[in-house]
Amino acid sequence: METGSLRLKTGLAEMLKGGVIMDVVNAAQAKIAQEAGAVAVMALERVPADIRRDGGVARMSSPKTIREIMATVSIPVMAKCRIGHFVEAQILQSLGVDFIDESEVLTPADEAHHVDKHAFRVPFVCGCRDLGEALRRIAEGAAMIRTKGEAGTGNIVEAVRHMRAVTGGIRELTVLREEELAAKAKELQAPLEVVRLVAKLGRLPVPNFSAGGVATPADAALMMQLGAESVFVGSGIFKSDDPAKRAVAIVQAVTHYMDAEVLARVSEDLGDAMPGLDIAKLAPGDLLQTRGW
Amino acid sequence: MGIEAEALVGVLALQGDFAAHERALALAGAGARPVRVPADLSGLRGLVLPGGESTALLRLMAPVGMEEAVRRFHGAGGVLFGTCAGLILLAAKVTGPEQPSLGLLDAVVARNGYGRQIDSFVGTGRIGLPGEEERDLEMVFIRAPRVLAVGPGVRIVGTHSGEPVLLEQDRILAATFHPEMSVQPEGGGPIHRRFLAMCDAAGR
Repeated sequence: METGSLRLKTGLAEMLKGGVIMDVVNAAQAKIAQEAGAVAVMALERVPADIRRDGGVARMSSPKTIREIMATVSIPVMAKCRIGHFVEAQILQSLGVDFIDESEVLTPADEAHHVDKHAFRVPFVCGCRDLGEALRRIAEGAAMIRTKGEAGTGNIVEAVRHMRAVTGGIRELTVLREEELAAKAKELQAPLEVVRLVAKLGRLPVPNFSAGGVATPADAALMMQLGAESVFVGSGIFKSDDPAKRAVAIVQAVTHYMDAEVLARVSEDLGDAMPGLDIAKLAPGDLLQTRGW
Repeated sequence: MGIEAEALVGVLALQGDFAAHERALALAGAGARPVRVPADLSGLRGLVLPGGESTALLRLMAPVGMEEAVRRFHGAGGVLFGTCAGLILLAAKVTGPEQPSLGLLDAVVARNGYGRQIDSFVGTGRIGLPGEEERDLEMVFIRAPRVLAVGPGVRIVGTHSGEPVLLEQDRILAATFHPEMSVQPEGGGPIHRRFLAMCDAAGR
């Protein structure tokens, strides 16, 4: 019997399309997320805005928190491991999480290598800033890609930049000749095989979601109109005035992303969004998106 | 099927793998309309309820009145085809945990009946569709539900390891697995073809 195959991994990612995956730090938040219509929750110790504020080394969540969240909700539970930290990934797999996010939001454990994701039965999602990074992660076995954005800022500008880089890069591949694809693969630092596949499909071979900076229903719909197939919301929900209401609104916005009337309606009376950060004022060392190789 | 067929079936496109169903239906010769609000059901003979997260689908159906619209659609002669989460939505009773459902398919189902993602699998089951010989079929189970019991009006037309995985009742076809993930370039696949045949029969 076939288990743990790439088809089953991307299959789960397919089921999450058109949905919202919400960061939660405890079972109570996970319940609010599920009630609001989240397709999955991301279990972590601190949301990115707090990681940014607190500093220090950010690691995988404690197994106890993850287990509590898994016991509380019936939707898929994801959890983050540090880039390259394959032992954290082994632990998460043994806990039975449904998806592992090898995430730049945590402090990297390896400055040259990512986890060999083919070696795991549980699917992985990885962040990217451009097409080359997406294709390297896919070659390593990622079953889902999410554009990184700049987590914990409540500022959508980086998510937009990264999504445009990926979709624009894909469009470019579709018009290249065979020998040009070979040269392009070198430039993208990605395997030619994967480059050829994307050129032929006109899309990534795995679902492409968006993350990092979504704070409002309009932000979520913007990412969907730019080509995201689902949206991760980190600090945007539980750092806002009324998390339950905002969570519902963002879920509705992702489904009805082309319908401005629905977007207007769900955007009413949400209270204050999380306070945002100007990316230009962040020191280069404070950027999370540059983690990943 | 030609141009006429293009407007005959819809796929509930609120969340989940609705695009995979649209591809499978296209390979089977039918264009499908995405259905997001009740008005989108107008003129359709059949509706696919795709795989996805059933709790999320319930939250997305309620604000637009889609639950009542799907019940009315079926009552007025429409055909329904649910896969995985879609089957959960159709069932009479849902456990693991309990949650509301449309109650159109006389079956009791347990969500995530095989376990978590790590327990997802591809297996070979048996199908015996009306008018066809019994045969093997590849079946993709992803965090799949399990059918615990079926009522007398339900026909079990597919099994895996002896358990019911494909059900028919009145104008309802429901699978615990994902036929849309095993499509064949030629004809899309037998389950989608069966759904289209049911839509044809309902139109007569």
